[in-house]
Amino acid sequence: MAKSPEELYQEREKRFNDAIELKVPDRIPMAFLFTFYPAKYAGMSFRDVMYDYDKAAEAWRKAIVDLDIDVYASPFSIVTIGHVLEMLDDRRFKWPGHGVSGNRSYQFVEGEYMTSDEYDAFIGDPTDYMLRTHLSRIFGVLEPLKTLAYLPGVFYMWLNSMFTLPFANPEVSKALEILVKTGQESGRMFAKGGEFVQEMTKLGYPTLFFSAAWAPYDYIGDFFRGTRGIMLDMYQRPDKLLAAMDKITPIIINSAVGSAEATGVRRTFIPLHKGLDGFMSQEQFKTFFWPGLKKVILGLIDKNIVPIVLWEGDCTSRLETIADIPKGKAIYWFERTDMVRAKDVLRDRVCISGLVPSSLLCTGSQQDVKDYCKRLIDVVGKDGGYILNGDIGIPDEAKPENVKAMVDFTREYGVYK
Amino acid sequence: MSEDLVKTMADLKEEEALKIARERLEKGDDPLKILEDSRSAMEIVGKRFATGEYFIPDLIYSGEILKQITEMVKPKLTGKAEVKRLGKVVLGTVAGDIHDIGLNIVDFMLDTNGFEVYNLGVDQPSKAFVDKVKETGAGIVGLSGFLTLAFDSMKETVEAMKTAGLRDKVKIMIGGGQIDEEIRKYTGSDAYGRDAMAAVELAKEWIGGK
Repeated sequence: MAKSPEELYQEREKRFNDAIELKVPDRIPMAFLFTFYPAKYAGMSFRDVMYDYDKAAEAWRKAIVDLDIDVYASPFSIVTIGHVLEMLDDRRFKWPGHGVSGNRSYQFVEGEYMTSDEYDAFIGDPTDYMLRTHLSRIFGVLEPLKTLAYLPGVFYMWLNSMFTLPFANPEVSKALEILVKTGQESGRMFAKGGEFVQEMTKLGYPTLFFSAAWAPYDYIGDFFRGTRGIMLDMYQRPDKLLAAMDKITPIIINSAVGSAEATGVRRTFIPLHKGLDGFMSQEQFKTFFWPGLKKVILGLIDKNIVPIVLWEGDCTSRLETIADIPKGKAIYWFERTDMVRAKDVLRDRVCISGLVPSSLLCTGSQQDVKDYCKRLIDVVGKDGGYILNGDIGIPDEAKPENVKAMVDFTREYGVYK
Repeated sequence: MSEDLVKTMADLKEEEALKIARERLEKGDDPLKILEDSRSAMEIVGKRFATGEYFIPDLIYSGEILKQITEMVKPKLTGKAEVKRLGKVVLGTVAGDIHDIGLNIVDFMLDTNGFEVYNLGVDQPSKAFVDKVKETGAGIVGLSGFLTLAFDSMKETVEAMKTAGLRDKVKIMIGGGQIDEEIRKYTGSDAYGRDAMAAVELAKEWIGGK
């Protein structure tokens, strides 16, 4: 008798959780992150799925159901961001029709959005820094917010007049109106996202995550100081960098816990960008990167949330250091880290995911893909503790026949006997 | 004195290196000699990077120290600094991709290792590479890309070199986050370099082999 969607949902959750807990599941679970692959697969443009919530839902449903994977990542809030980006005039992104040519992925424009002499302002009062300095830099339409009063400075009867005065400025009023409208648009997007999750649940598919967290070093580097800026800070102002990371660490944890609890999906995505091999010395990794990240990982685990940590690039030299977390409570998703060494070091510690090269999925043959997956399952999938995924998720340009070959092969060869 | 500047700079002692450079300038030392010493220091930095003693932040920091010394020395330069160049390299991030961190590190490393670099910047169509090679007569082309969309843009750029009749006149190297040997084959380029030092080694090998 065919299994009901509810039974399939439970079966998939169990398969996925068994792998995380380092038990041997019935077979290798498949949990994919897509960016624009489903759009290509469904014959839609990248712009379509960024702006049209129904089209995004349709494309993702098709890719998930056709491949019949175990766990999916929703496009809502990762891909369906066109309207909100546009309404805020987000200067940190380029996307189709806004600085990216043709049918291409949105891209992050890194910059020195916080100057080196602003650390004290950030550390002293991050909320004020965000409100009156940072938001006005990264969102074109919120520039007028820099004229707002410094709230702790306008106490007692001054509060009434000094606090309210800037709101009479027509430009500030306009910025607030845009915020209201953008909020309404975000509401529409999240409502559609909620419907999509319900629909997928009814079809029997659990979702991978709805919340995100950062390594404190990446948080400062990606969003505030830029790669060059933060690298120089390690030499020129290490104490300020460390203090800023300390300040932001509990904020990162609380915000991820809040999202995980609000959505009920107790898994949090932590994409890492600047701690990989070559991007800093081992000593710098142990000083600036790992301690903060470890606090975030432990903070989430403490709230019974599974951190899904994407170690971009090659992190082979970090393996011994990052093995120091509680057993069976997280996923380490690797891109180019050596699979043999990773399994050796982490087999009794943490579940591994990823590792199928983008180059193979985009340009290899189906046989190449099968050969690679066989080795991956033999080495990393041995005795459980592996979840199938592309090295950075499924690349936008992957050949559909290769993605199917990976899934079909794993469904058969990935069974534990 | 000369050794002091080379050593402090190579050891990334910013304040000391700047102090020595300033004192030498004040004492009337030849500014060109100071630049030459800085260059020697950068060579040591490059070697330490190649052997795994230094990492990208060290490169960035050494570049920052070099920049400050160059700015300090510049107003005192009378003659023109004649630096012997090993060869010309046209460099850029391919069409559709706007990432430039890796691109600029490769530019910096090739430059400090004696190459004349023409950095086109990001999101460059194949025509821009072809035109620049024609204009400069560069023998080496470096294609950078971080996203998977760069696979096809790189392939198109290599093909454009063929169509323009330049393919046998240039050596083409590729690199970036998602690039590997598979993509080298796919694009028909000559080599894949894993990091900035690999780019320098390839360029030296190709120039030497001419």
